[in-house]
Amino acid sequence: MIKSLIYSLTFHSVMILLTILSLPFMLREPIDLPPIVSVELIQISDKTNIPYAPKARKIIEEAKKKEERLVSEQAPPSAKAKEKPDRIPLPNEKKEEKKIVKKKQNPEEIKPEIRQSSEFEKKEIIDTNQIAALIDKAKEEEAIKEKKTDKITQSNQKNSFATGLTLSEEDALRAQIFGCWSVPLGLPYDKNLLVRIKLQLKKDGTIMKSEILDHERMNRPGQRFYKVLAESALRAVRLCQPLKVPPTGYDKWKDIQLNFNPTEMLKG
Amino acid sequence: MKKLLFIFLLNILLLNKSYALIEVDITRGNLDPLPIAVSPLHVDIKSEDYKNIKIKELGENISSIIENNFRSTGLFNPLKKEAFVQKPDIAHLKPRFEDWRLIKAQALVTGKLLVINGKLKIEFRLWDLAAAQEMTALAFTTTPSNWRRVAHIISDKIYERLTGEEGYFDTRIIYVAESGPKNKRIKKLAIMDQDGAKTKYLTLGNELVLTPRFNPTNQMVTYMSYFRNMPRVYLLDIETGTQEVVGNFPGMTFAPRFSPDGEKIVMSFAKDGNSDIYTMDLKTRVVERITDHSSIDTSPSFSPDGNFIAFNSDRSGLQQIYVMRSDGSGVKRITFGNGIYGTPVWSPRGDLIAFTKMRKGRFYIGVMRVDGTGERLLTENYYQEAPSWSPNGRVLVFYRETKAGLKGEGFSAKLWSIDITGYNERQLLTKTDASDPSWSSLLSK
Repeated sequence: MIKSLIYSLTFHSVMILLTILSLPFMLREPIDLPPIVSVELIQISDKTNIPYAPKARKIIEEAKKKEERLVSEQAPPSAKAKEKPDRIPLPNEKKEEKKIVKKKQNPEEIKPEIRQSSEFEKKEIIDTNQIAALIDKAKEEEAIKEKKTDKITQSNQKNSFATGLTLSEEDALRAQIFGCWSVPLGLPYDKNLLVRIKLQLKKDGTIMKSEILDHERMNRPGQRFYKVLAESALRAVRLCQPLKVPPTGYDKWKDIQLNFNPTEMLKG
Repeated sequence: MKKLLFIFLLNILLLNKSYALIEVDITRGNLDPLPIAVSPLHVDIKSEDYKNIKIKELGENISSIIENNFRSTGLFNPLKKEAFVQKPDIAHLKPRFEDWRLIKAQALVTGKLLVINGKLKIEFRLWDLAAAQEMTALAFTTTPSNWRRVAHIISDKIYERLTGEEGYFDTRIIYVAESGPKNKRIKKLAIMDQDGAKTKYLTLGNELVLTPRFNPTNQMVTYMSYFRNMPRVYLLDIETGTQEVVGNFPGMTFAPRFSPDGEKIVMSFAKDGNSDIYTMDLKTRVVERITDHSSIDTSPSFSPDGNFIAFNSDRSGLQQIYVMRSDGSGVKRITFGNGIYGTPVWSPRGDLIAFTKMRKGRFYIGVMRVDGTGERLLTENYYQEAPSWSPNGRVLVFYRETKAGLKGEGFSAKLWSIDITGYNERQLLTKTDASDPSWSSLLSK
């Protein structure tokens, strides 16, 4: 009887202990989740953390101090809130930490230890320690991106230079025709219905001559939809007259080709 | 020699000055309906009176029918007549394009009519205002009482010219006209023009009628009736009014539909709690059993080439849509979504199947490809079903019921139509409550 009572008591106390240990963690989980947004960040910090592992605590602390400065300069407020776990050393310093805990032996104080056991917290710790490196990385990435976009715009400008219209001039013309073109809505979207119209323009943007490039397709049997689209495109161009053309460089744009393709619109 | 060299140099310089052709891609436009002006048809002064028809107003009436047809498509925007600047007679001869362009019209319809010796002569022209040229011109001669149909035929021709698709205005819709309280409904077969005009009742309402379906090749109708409390499939000739029972089945036949060539009827035959799909050849009267399964197979619908039949069955537990060859082989389930699927109807174009779906107490009308992919739900409501295709496969007509109170108050059933894009949902005006619509093919075909 007493034996079973002892069993029961020990079992229950173990259960209670387990719940004490695990419940705060469970409660904490959803609260701790939001600040950790980017998975990328964690991975990078994990990697960058490796070389620090064998180094002495002093070096890490120095690094921390530097990073903290940077954090205060650049990191969002959520990063500041993470300063608490800062006090808890890195996973590499677990040994030291455990010693401290042993000394205290206070059940209330066990909580930080539990926190430490949380994977999320570990990541947070690493996060705060590595923020500077991450920021640098992010900066680098941005710089790379900028370089890339620079390249794109440059190439675009090249293109438009080659075609004789700048991007804004081309956009203005496009926007003007968008407004004039009533797309025939009943058209099937799964067919190739590209209509190419070649225009000869006067200096004021009015049309001297318009020509559908695949003109013979219009009268072929079974090409009713193409005919309807071609007619709507011609109508759009004529309604838009005079076209918004640049005041200079007439030689460049006196001949112009418009490619009408409603596929994307009809799909939408 | 020097000259040659000079010319050569000049050429090089000129070459440098020539530019590559500028290409601009236009991938967007406005989706507003096309503004179109329908000028009233000019009535010739020589016109004579004809019976009850007011000849002077005929030009106006025809143009307003054309306008209504266009407006109902959602693709056109007929402009208000008050803004018109030219009189009908002059406009028909030679429109001043710049005047019509001023009111933002892109197309113009003009015409004239003459009633003489008991004949109505109508001609019309469609103008492209931007290009300042005629797009199409046609003339018709008919009896004056046919003027409504002529208006629909003109609408079809213009629609075809402007969209590239066949029109659907010269068509009729057969439906079940309902009246009386919900628990004691009187149901009659009724037929009307697609714009709601010229409603005619084909049965007296003594017995319950359901699911009328047009023959795609002529004006025959098949439907189900509870004549003498025997639910059976009947055949009705709209012109002569003659009726006959389809086949001699020892039980209930229902959910009939014609084959695309109009020579067969496919339907369900129920016996001992099980129903299977049968066909009957209307010429030879040979009955053929198509499915043989212990589940309930019903709502069969032929593909437009006649090679396949879509139907719904509960053989997998819940009611789903299946497709098989028209001899019953190769049964393949095509719907796997959540909910119950029913009333499959194959589009006349052959590329889509329309269906009714029920999920969580709501009803949807949708379309999908014939292999079951690309499901698109077009409309959701409390209760709606029985989609039927317009002959060009662009519009669906179906019926929708409202929720009734405990005593059946507030209940109504109305016909609605919707574009297969999911836009342009509108109610079709019927004189009474209506259900189970079926769209005819083009009358003038």
